[in-house]
Amino acid sequence: MFLINCPFCGERDQSEFSSGGEAHIVRPKQPTELSDDEWAEYLFMRKNIKGIQFERWNHVHGCRKWFNVVRDTSNDKILSVYKMGEKPPVNYK
Amino acid sequence: MPNYRIHKTEYIDETKRVSFKYDGKTYFGYEGDTLASALLANGIHLVGRSFKYHRPRGIVSCGAEEPNAICQIGSKKDLTEPNVRATELELYEGLEASSQNCWPNVKFDIGGINNFMSPLIPAGFYYKTFMWPKSFWKKVYEPLIRLSAGLGKSPTEPDPDIYDHKYVHYDVLVIGGGVSGIIAAKMAAKNNLKTLLVDDKKILGGSTIYQNNESIKIDDKLSSEWLKNEIQEIKKLSNLTIKTRTSIAAYHGYNFLLAKENLTDHLPEEKKENKIRQRLWKIRAKKVVIATGSIERPLVFNNNDRPGILLSNSINKYLDYYGVTCGENIILFTNNDSAYETSISLHKKGIKNIIVDLRKSASSELIKQAESLGIKIYFNHVVTNTFGYRKINSLEIMKLSEDGNTTVGNKIRLSCDCLGMSGGWTPMVHMHTQSGGKLDFRDEDQVFLPKENSEDQISVGSCNGDFDLENIIDKTVNKINKFLDIDNQDYQDTNIICSKENDKRNIWLLPNKIPLGKTKCFIDFQNDSTAKDIKLALKEGFRSIEHVKRYTTTGMATDQGKLSNMHALGIIADTAGVKMGTLGTTTFRPPFTPLTFGTLVGRNVGKFFEVVRKTSMHEWHVENNAEFENVGQWKRPWYYAKKGENMHDAVQRESKAARDSAGILDASTLGKIDIQGTDASEFLNRVYTNAWSKLAIGKCRYGLMLNEDGMVYDDGVTTRISENHYLMTTTTGGAANVLSKLEDYLQTEWPELDVYLTSVTDHYSTASICGPNSKRILNKLFPNLDLSDENFPHMSFKEDKIENINCRIMRISFTGELSYEINIESKYGHSLWKMCIEAGKEFNLTPYGTETMHLLRAEKGFIIVGQDTDGTMTPSDLQMDWIVSKKKYDFIGKRSLYRSDTIREDRKQLVGLLTDDPKEILEEGAQIVSDVKSKPIDMLGHVTSSYFSPNLNKSIALAVVRSGKTMKGQKLIIPMENKNINVTVSDTIFLDKENKRLNA
Repeated sequence: MFLINCPFCGERDQSEFSSGGEAHIVRPKQPTELSDDEWAEYLFMRKNIKGIQFERWNHVHGCRKWFNVVRDTSNDKILSVYKMGEKPPVNYK
Repeated sequence: MPNYRIHKTEYIDETKRVSFKYDGKTYFGYEGDTLASALLANGIHLVGRSFKYHRPRGIVSCGAEEPNAICQIGSKKDLTEPNVRATELELYEGLEASSQNCWPNVKFDIGGINNFMSPLIPAGFYYKTFMWPKSFWKKVYEPLIRLSAGLGKSPTEPDPDIYDHKYVHYDVLVIGGGVSGIIAAKMAAKNNLKTLLVDDKKILGGSTIYQNNESIKIDDKLSSEWLKNEIQEIKKLSNLTIKTRTSIAAYHGYNFLLAKENLTDHLPEEKKENKIRQRLWKIRAKKVVIATGSIERPLVFNNNDRPGILLSNSINKYLDYYGVTCGENIILFTNNDSAYETSISLHKKGIKNIIVDLRKSASSELIKQAESLGIKIYFNHVVTNTFGYRKINSLEIMKLSEDGNTTVGNKIRLSCDCLGMSGGWTPMVHMHTQSGGKLDFRDEDQVFLPKENSEDQISVGSCNGDFDLENIIDKTVNKINKFLDIDNQDYQDTNIICSKENDKRNIWLLPNKIPLGKTKCFIDFQNDSTAKDIKLALKEGFRSIEHVKRYTTTGMATDQGKLSNMHALGIIADTAGVKMGTLGTTTFRPPFTPLTFGTLVGRNVGKFFEVVRKTSMHEWHVENNAEFENVGQWKRPWYYAKKGENMHDAVQRESKAARDSAGILDASTLGKIDIQGTDASEFLNRVYTNAWSKLAIGKCRYGLMLNEDGMVYDDGVTTRISENHYLMTTTTGGAANVLSKLEDYLQTEWPELDVYLTSVTDHYSTASICGPNSKRILNKLFPNLDLSDENFPHMSFKEDKIENINCRIMRISFTGELSYEINIESKYGHSLWKMCIEAGKEFNLTPYGTETMHLLRAEKGFIIVGQDTDGTMTPSDLQMDWIVSKKKYDFIGKRSLYRSDTIREDRKQLVGLLTDDPKEILEEGAQIVSDVKSKPIDMLGHVTSSYFSPNLNKSIALAVVRSGKTMKGQKLIIPMENKNINVTVSDTIFLDKENKRLNA
């Protein structure tokens, strides 16, 4: 059971949050211009990394804010949290 | 009656005699006993039959690892408990226990015949035998297996006991109150860290607490005396909490642990009453010290499972802690020094014993001590067989060859009434691995050890592979100082003298002249798997330890292989010729020992089982005989049965009344989201398929919301209350998810939009009045409101007051009738409802529930998202192309509407179905075909909604059918179990296609 440091509320139990999958997948600005394959890439394709992964979490039973998390999926350690719109920490690239 | 209690100890209170029943017979023990020690004191070893062969089995151990002495406690239907380990169960006055897995009784067991049939029950027997014929499974095999399995009985009535949950936070959690745990806890607490020490036993001290060997001393005292002082000291520490009778069940990530505290299991019946039985502790600790100790290993030789064969150290504990001897003529069979401690203890109490040692020779203080006491030792010998049916009475030993692979010389037969075995020690690495830690293998004594300790977790003491006291104390002190980053000097000058083990010899499967196929060398006592089974599994091609485990069921019983897993691994490694360390282990999963469901559930039983949401009109519905339907967490009136009516009658009456005169529905549960901000219109444009910019203030519009994959997600009516203010309604079940989804887009994709979302579902109560007389009823409620079609047309919104309370009134319809929804602040909901009912009396205003609502909307062909859709339906599939804007550049899901798959013509599409026999009502979910003769039958779709319409006087249904749009008028078949129902594809709108009733 993770402890997640919500950037707005502080450290809280995982049960207050819901996971929103991979982060930094930007919705295309002009979907109509895309081919089926390009649209499918946005819609369906997700990485499933063993190691450092950027993911979205929502403090759904708290402030309801979405934010980003850097997590090492091999040991579940959360290395960093940052707000939506902020650049991911470069040292985890 | 024989008495094996041969001396007094401080842990047994002989002034407090306790009577208990075992298998119906009354016995006596003392306060301080476990059920196992009391049975042994009464000379009872035989406590059960084995699972597969029904062989007599006796008590093997004195703790959580016990495979045999599991019993059923109590006989009441609500309070009986199976699989309780007699070795852990504290004795109390009036305890009733019985042995499991034997019929008719433990001494004469019919299943014992399996023992003689055992060549017919090899590994994988169940998989191999019960495969065919298939038809036998349900009627023959399954009942047979269930009958003979008999691992205890579960209670058949609700558990009346009280359970509790508690959340705690500590700086340091120490698991295990033996020497190393006590030292760690003391160091942490004295350094001002808030510390919790848990131990599963009644008292602290582990196995050192009864240690009385003169050759093992700390600061010139017996180690047990020294430890008692330490315990006295830590009890005085103010920031140390000590919880005994508390065992860690699970170690989850981020140092989140679950512990079970036993509060009343050791008390007599009358003292348990109204007390919490067990408490589940949910612990968050910054640091965790694992000091869970180790468990002695059995040895694997022929007939190693007879009653009277125990672990050597358990014999020692029964003697020195409980004052009970397990026999009068004991043989100890060992490959290490620890059995010598048992031997010396027995000798001192005058119990005759001899030692059979696998090792060629050995030299240590303990061995010298045993030799000087004149204890007979057979070095380089192995036990090859044991004898005695209900209890061991003798055994055979032989000399080992130089390489240890075979036996040499003549058999020597020795008589005995008890055999202690010691195959070395297995560190309890469960907690370490549950926390995600990896293991290393140490070849010299064949143990798996915690590989690296993380910054949050550390293992100390014998669970870390440190076995002698000097090593344990020194290493624990050093490691804890480092781990907690402290400098504690308390043990700087502690002087420890102990015997050091110098010689080791490990043989997993002991050699025997008898071919393996004819031996019974048990590995897993509880699941009856033998060395032969493991070898057979390997022969049949199984290689992975996880597969061998499941095929042979080794380690899969209630003890989870605490005594057997290492031997299974060892034999696999030896047979396959690989190094044991490379095999890995099976996964150590929580819980460490079984938990009751009651503990896990805690107080969330009965009305606390689940959150229930009720509307403010709920009491009225109850008073008026509503049957309720669960919709999400909501309780919604399903139908209101009048006297003598069944559900069908009630729904037909309600449906007819709503169309003939007036009906009223509690619509408070619909999700309501308040949307405000200068970009609210633009936001709606992006989330709904249709256009919103031109919606005038005071008007309502129906919207369809898609997922990005183009599939229908939710629907509802949204009202424009003012320029930048909308009220969105969602389906009852979808409210929370819709809000989350909208928030997601707002916060992550379109943060530039000035839009604010607030869930107001609970803020407003809604009464929906429909039917040709609804306008007249509204007129009585709101006499000043102009209800003319010109002033208040369909799909529009007005505000007015009832007795000075604001109401929002929408003229919208889900039934196809003239219809008004009145929204009022929730606290007035009940009053509003009663006023509506009162005003409607003269018009036969009929309250109706969700079933009638579903029927009425189906007559009009309105979909219910989640019933007529299932996450694979596009708007076009629903024949709702009219609601998808062609002009809008983008909205959620738009691009997906012309993917190659979504534009297929032969997708499943929504149609209406009319049965040829108008009285025949289809079953929802029924399959639809066109031809029942050609096999395999081509499935075209299924029925999604089906009702008997009282207003049309015929059966109607909605269905999804492949290429359904083009099939109007076609005949199809619904094949049911005993007949085929003929239907015709129709339009989805069955009633009032011209929408005349909306303005009736």
